[in-house]
Amino acid sequence: MAVASAAAGAGHAGAGPAGSGPGSPAPGGAGVLAVRALRFWLVNYRRTWRGSIYTSVANPVLYLGAMGLGLGTLVDQHGTGRLGGVSYLAFLAPGLLAATGMQTAMNESTFPVMAAVKWLKTYQAAVATPLRPGDLFRGHLLFTALRVLMNSAIFLAVMAAFGAVQSAWVIAALPVCVLTGLAFAAPVEAWAITRDKDTSFSLLIRFGLIPLFLFSGTFFPVTQLPGWIQPVAYATPLWHGVALCRSLSLGTADVGGSLLHVAYLVVLTVAGLLAGQHFYRRRLYV
Amino acid sequence: MPDSDVLIRAAGLTKRFGEFTAVDGIDFELRRGEAFGFLGPNGAGKSSTMRMIGCVSPPSSGTLTILGLDSVAQGQAIRGRLGVVPQEDTLDVDLTVRENLLVYGRYFGLPRAVIAERTTRLLEFVQLADRAGDQVDPLSGGMKRRLTIARSLINEPEILLLDEPTTGLDPQARHVVWDRLFRLKQQGVTLVLTTHYMDEAEQLCDRLVVMDGGRIAAGGSPRELIDQYATPEVLELRFQPSDHDQAVEKLADFPAERIEVLADRLLLYVADGDAALAAARRRGVEPLTSLVRRSTLEDVFLRLTGRRLED
Repeated sequence: MAVASAAAGAGHAGAGPAGSGPGSPAPGGAGVLAVRALRFWLVNYRRTWRGSIYTSVANPVLYLGAMGLGLGTLVDQHGTGRLGGVSYLAFLAPGLLAATGMQTAMNESTFPVMAAVKWLKTYQAAVATPLRPGDLFRGHLLFTALRVLMNSAIFLAVMAAFGAVQSAWVIAALPVCVLTGLAFAAPVEAWAITRDKDTSFSLLIRFGLIPLFLFSGTFFPVTQLPGWIQPVAYATPLWHGVALCRSLSLGTADVGGSLLHVAYLVVLTVAGLLAGQHFYRRRLYV
Repeated sequence: MPDSDVLIRAAGLTKRFGEFTAVDGIDFELRRGEAFGFLGPNGAGKSSTMRMIGCVSPPSSGTLTILGLDSVAQGQAIRGRLGVVPQEDTLDVDLTVRENLLVYGRYFGLPRAVIAERTTRLLEFVQLADRAGDQVDPLSGGMKRRLTIARSLINEPEILLLDEPTTGLDPQARHVVWDRLFRLKQQGVTLVLTTHYMDEAEQLCDRLVVMDGGRIAAGGSPRELIDQYATPEVLELRFQPSDHDQAVEKLADFPAERIEVLADRLLLYVADGDAALAAARRRGVEPLTSLVRRSTLEDVFLRLTGRRLED
């Protein structure tokens, strides 16, 4: 009767390997499996998306209003030669756009990883199915990329409404934001899966995220920094994201420079992908 | 026995964590349609064995073949045909009962319509049909366990793995879970379970192995194990603490097959408990209380390991 499903265990017996009948698990490659893992995050997000949209809209409005317009009026009065002759708002907005990509990526790749591996054990439940640790890792990264894309698109819309866009090329800043986000999310998720306490994340945010946010050329050109520290700023992934977004928004992008920035971010992402594959496996297959 | 009826075969199966050996070279075979148990105290290596069978823990050495496939090389294919009820609930507590089955079914790549149809049937089976739209978090422990069982059946598994399925449940909730598992067994599902409850093992298992310190101490049906390692009856004698040692002396050469001296009582393994009690009284032994009972797996475990199961 009722649990034909269960009884089918016996039914399978003579009928050859499971996976052949209708409704049996479909085979899938790594991409397909990562999308299955992504579904978990999407179903979960259905419950919280409204609140998150509010934040995604409010943040750019507040920042662009207070700093771009408010502070910007003061800055502009002193001449903007060092900003490349554009208004402070036009200078700042694409920097914040890239920083939004980083911020969103960091939010998705720290505490949610700990929740999935330790607090709720979502990962442990999923790894008992055909999904492998690497699939869970990539599924989570896909979700992170979607969230970055969403928040960046909202930011860009607000930015346009503030009149802070100077070139149609700015639309190419969206994939740049996603790439910047992944350059953070891939290595950070790979590291987060090895953590046992969430205090690690507070440290990362205090000593990693906030300095990057402030000193990667988001609010002022890196050339304003003391000479000895400038190479450090150039080495940070956020600076590459900021430089790309800014040149696209201002219409000053050149192919060679852009490719260098993209290559740097791609290298970080790939390194993170390899590390994550390894560390997810080590944590979930014990 | 035809080879196709052996669903799981382990030979020299070993799991080490650094210096610690959790599972120490065990061998067992599990046949289609049976309910097979690993009985043992906490730390005996049951859960480590279960995780290796679930293909989420590579063996340190030895071989493990499941459904004719190698547990390491073909783990993914095997997992697609297993159902797993882990020791700790791993439900998505923020989602609804139905969403939990949906997400899990999707992990197996099942189409939405198939999942919906099975969900209705499975929730009926675990008596949660009326909670389908409710969030999981406020459900009772017993309900969550039943939901976990329903979730584990979403892919119509050929083998269902249950790690301590009723640990932490109150007696009533345990009986509901046992009843559902018994029905699954009646329907021909192959069950593999670990437990440290001897009543659970006796009720559910056709065959079991007693594990202790990472090794298998003995194996067989509950009846066989009791026949082999215990006597038909047990006489339990309890004394005033001050009389305890004296009674032990008086019974030292008592003609029982075996006498276990526990901290609070004596266990006399005999064929006829009432006759033994009368004989003990004739020796001048006056217990505070006495009890004649049938032997259980607890006695088997005590005999095999010198310890009690639930200490």
